Parts: sequence; structure tokens; C-alpha cells
Amino acid sequence: MRHLLSTLDLQRADLEGVLQLARGFAEVQTRDIPKVPALRGKTVVMAFFEDSTRTRVSFDLAARRLSADVVNFAASASSVKKGESIRDTIETLDAMGLDAIVVRHRSSGVPQQITQWTDAAVVNAGDGWHAHPTQALLDSFTLTERFGSLDGKHIAICGDINHSRVARSNVDAFTKLGASVTLVAPNTLLPRSLEGWPVRVESNLDRVIADIDVAYMLRIQQERIADSPFPTLREYRSRYGLTVERAANMAPDAVVMHPGPMNRGVEIDPEVANSDRSLVLQQVANGIPVRMAVLYSVLGPGRFDPTTAELIEGAAQ
Amino acid sequence: MTTIVIKGGTIVDHAGERRGDVLVDSATGVIREVGLSLTGDEVLDATGCFVVPGLVDLHTHLRDPGHEAAETIETGTRAAALGGFTAVMAMPNTDPCTDSGPLVTAMLHRSADALCEVLVSATISLGRQGESLSPMAEMADLGVRLFCDAARGVQDAGFMRRALEYAGSVGAATGLPIVLGQHCEMASLAAGSAMNEGAVATRLGLAGQPAEAEELMIVRDIALARLTGVRVHFQQVSTAGSVAMIRAAKAGGVPVTAEVAPHHFSLTDEACESYDANFKVVPPLRTASDVAAIKEGLADGTIDAIVSGHAPHTPDAKEQAFDEALPGVLGLETALAVSLTELDLPWPTWWRCCPGGLRPSPA
Repeated sequence: MRHLLSTLDLQRADLEGVLQLARGFAEVQTRDIPKVPALRGKTVVMAFFEDSTRTRVSFDLAARRLSADVVNFAASASSVKKGESIRDTIETLDAMGLDAIVVRHRSSGVPQQITQWTDAAVVNAGDGWHAHPTQALLDSFTLTERFGSLDGKHIAICGDINHSRVARSNVDAFTKLGASVTLVAPNTLLPRSLEGWPVRVESNLDRVIADIDVAYMLRIQQERIADSPFPTLREYRSRYGLTVERAANMAPDAVVMHPGPMNRGVEIDPEVANSDRSLVLQQVANGIPVRMAVLYSVLGPGRFDPTTAELIEGAAQ
Repeated sequence: MTTIVIKGGTIVDHAGERRGDVLVDSATGVIREVGLSLTGDEVLDATGCFVVPGLVDLHTHLRDPGHEAAETIETGTRAAALGGFTAVMAMPNTDPCTDSGPLVTAMLHRSADALCEVLVSATISLGRQGESLSPMAEMADLGVRLFCDAARGVQDAGFMRRALEYAGSVGAATGLPIVLGQHCEMASLAAGSAMNEGAVATRLGLAGQPAEAEELMIVRDIALARLTGVRVHFQQVSTAGSVAMIRAAKAGGVPVTAEVAPHHFSLTDEACESYDANFKVVPPLRTASDVAAIKEGLADGTIDAIVSGHAPHTPDAKEQAFDEALPGVLGLETALAVSLTELDLPWPTWWRCCPGGLRPSPA
């Protein structure tokens, strides 16, 4: 894998390859010294042009646990604020010599654009509404861990689909791995065109709540008041929130997921977020081995290389 | 009197495409003769080139004054000459915008020595704000024939009606062919958009604008042209629905005309998949069925002219995230070639619409 820009570039076998590699790295997390020398001597730049806490920390830890050198680049403290073009910024970083750039940007397509201006591997850590491939991988990893496989599972993704890179990447990854996906949202939160999307659309959450294996809740932006896609947060919660009452109608082994940060009491009740159904903290924990697998896939000798297993096993010594 | 002979080229004009030489008077630039095996004092070898009557472009952004880093009158008219144009209509969305007599005079003065003729257009509204009328009569006296707010549609229907009524009076009082041009885009439906709305925009995670953002303004202005009897010229039409409505309006005798730019009959929104901001234009690249409808509109005369839509920006303004880059693409140097390549029309039809923008100029 040269870059990781979108799950759309990956086939089912590629996704499964990364997940399998991630299982190896998950074992590393349990060791006294959770670190392997796999990327020793490699330099990874965290180029976060948009604020992020969990994704940034997760990538940072993943790179360090692979023994890579990590450089943090915060847009707020950089030349970007002075009006420098993205091309200039990237070429400047590139001139310092680096092996991978992990990019988060508020605009769709920036990671893809960056590949023209650097020889480094580019890993998309979330771009605009477009894609968040490592989130999709860690969510798939978490569900595989829970259910063994996604084949035949029914997943409802509920909330602001239109503005969500997580929804776009997860629909693609979940369906490629054999799950069926239903989008649950009012029309004002759905993309205007869903042509070609392998999904069903449901406007009534109660109609599917008992049939699903996974309720994947998306964050509702409380900040936006103008052009609001729904009348009030209260009305949204009453129709689309995963309330305690609604969660009670879920199948006994059905689970709840959320990419964070959560608006407790809006899209998900705090009791549900903290319940046994909730995989939210597993999602966060799994982010590290999955991102180790991704960094290793773009910088290491290749995920199907026989040395892979040795590197992981040998690292404990 | 010395002469220049343009030898060995392929002549393209209303009569079709043929081999031939052109003899030009070097002092006046007047064509003396078109024929075979002509001789002159000076020979220009045009082997492998098209030789065309001077083309006129109805839609050029020269960016001067105000944005000289992107283009100047000098560089823009050089590009025009290279593309076969002997006259370009300069759009008024400069900084300051062309919305007064002195600014028109300044533009005419500054472009007097340009490499091709610069026709000056001016705004409909002061400051392109869509609120107060520009002094159209004063600017018409100085030579302005096309008024448009350029890259910004007149949003308010009441204001557009008044502008048409007043422009009608200016035309009647002076006997001049005054035309209002419209950038067809309802801001409330297009706000924040980076491309066409549809499956590609969803996949790319970019905000789109629907065809209806353009079509609502076209249906409105057809109604206002009918109401006032004053002609509206639709600039850079891009959708199948627009073509159909303009066709019907013309059949009903409503005074409307329309232009298209080459990128709207040669590219679709799938070009945006590269996130290369050169494909970010306004109106946005649409779909294959829109491209087909535009070609039909050119063939049957619904669309009157092809224009370059030349809209240059600095590399810095383009090497940005797609949603933050400025919209617009170059066109003067490629309009004729793209039109010749993409349009498979009978010669008289091709010539009628191609040089309308690309129309042989008496100039």
C-alpha cells in the first residue's frame, strides 16, 4: 500500500489484510513494553490542519509503538495561518526529509492533492466530509472482535450523514466486509444524491431499532444554529436519539458505537453510552493497533511479507 | 505598399474548411485576397495551422485592474491573439468593478495599445451589489453595449425587472443595441458549493449546487424578458434544463440569447475526482446528459455563441483545497481548438455558433 486515502481504494481482501495485521499489533499492546522496532529510523509527520484530540493522539502513539520518529505539526502554530498555500507547506515539510505524512484537514481531497507534492506516504486521518479510512478500519476491527465477522450483520448509521466522513468510509468498509447498512436520518441530514450507495434509507429509527446488530450513532453539531437541518435538538433527540427507551428495544446482543466526541443527551443518552452495549471505549483502544497496521502497511516491507510476523514476535526480546 | 502572405494554412470560416493563402496589407491589416499560390513581400508560413477571420470573445476576465497577479490587459490580450481572437469583451468584475463612466474611460484608455481590441462591459448594479442601478446611459455613450454583474447573478427579481426596463429605455433613447447579461446562479441554492450536486459530489464529500440553482434564474429571467420586452443574454449556460427552457422561450418569441463555454461541452463533474481545482468553475461542470443537451442546443441554434469563459487565477489561488480554491479556468488559447475537437456540426451551423463568441469581427 503506497498511501491510505480512502477505503474506496481497497478491496475486501485489503481490508482484511490490514485487520489481520492489526490483530498482531493488538497483542503487542498487552506486553510490558508495548513497542516493536518495525519502523525504527522512519519519520512520521502528524500534519493536523484541523483540530483533533483522539485521532492525533492515537496516530502519535501508534507511530511511537512502531519506534518511528514522530514530528507534530499544528496548523495553528504554522505558516498556514500566514496564508501559505498547502503546496508550499507540504513541499517545505517534504524538503526536510520524511517518510510518511498523516493528514487531517477540514477540506475534502487534501490528502489526495498532497500526494502530488511529496514522495512520502500519505495517510488520511480525516478530510472534510470525504473519508476517514482509519476510523472505518478500527470500527470494522471492533465489530470483528465482537461478532467474529461482519457477514450478514445489519448496521444502522444514524445522524448527520451528509457532513460525515465517518459515514462515507464506514458504509464502504462495512458493506465490503459483508454487512448491510441502513442510514437513519431526516432528509436534511442525508447527501442530496445517494446514487450508487449500497444502503437502505430509513426516516424512522423505531422501525429498525429491533432489527439491527449495531446502532452506529453520529455526532450532531450543536454549534450550528443558522441553516439548521432540524427545528430543535429536543425534536432531534425525540426522533433520532438513541434514548434509554429506544435502546431497550434493541436485540439482546446488539451493540452501540460512536466515533466521538459524543453529545450525551442529544444523539445518545449517557446511560446508553455507558451501558454494556457500548463499544465506544473499545473503538478508541483499537485505534492504536489499527493505525500501527496502517503505518506499517505504507512504510514497512509490506503486510503480507513473511518478516511481518517475526518483527512483531521478535520485538518482545 | 508592402504585403504579407499567410501561406499554406487551413482556412476556417463560414464557407467551411479548405487550403488557401491570405494576402494582407501590412500597413492597414486589411485582407486583399484569399486564394491559392498567392505571393507577397513577406511570407508567414502557416503550414499545420488554422487561419481564421478574427474571432470575438464575449466573455473574458482580464482581471485588470485589481488582480494583476492573475492577468493583465497585456497578458490577457496576448493569450487572446494566440487563440485567434482579435477582440475580447472584458468582464466588469475587476477591482474596482466597472460601474461608472470614468472607470469605462480608464479601461478604454488603458487597453488602447493592447494586442487585440478590448470591448468594455460594465455592471448592471453599482458595486455588483444588485441594489442600485449603474449609470447605464452614461456608460453606453462611451461604448458599453453589454451590462452584467459578472460572476454574480442579480438575485432580486424586482431589481432585475427595473434594470431591464431602464436598459430598454437606454436602448430606445440612443438607438444602440443594449443587452443585459445574466450570471445564472441563485445564491441561496448555490451557497457554499464547490461543484455540481450529485453522485460524484457525494462521493467526493464536496458541497454541490443543483442544476436548479441555474434554472430558477433562467425561468425567472425568461419571465422578466417577456414582461419587459427587453433582451436578456444568459451567460455560460450549463444544464439540460436551461437549454430546454431557452429553446421554448425563443420559440415563443421571448427576447433571450445564450452562450456556453467549451468546458461545459467537453467535461463532466467526474473531472473533479482528481480534486484538481482547475476543474472548479462556475457554473460547475455538470453531467454527460447536460453536455449532450448543450451540443444539441448549439446544433439547433438555441445557444447563440461559444465564449472562452477565460477566468485566470494565480497558481497560489488554485493550489488550495478544492473547496477553498477560486473558481475559473483558462480558455482564450484553447476555445477554438476545443470547439473544433468536441463539436461535430455541419459547417454553417458550426460557424454560426462557434464564432458568435467566435464570430468574424468587422474590427
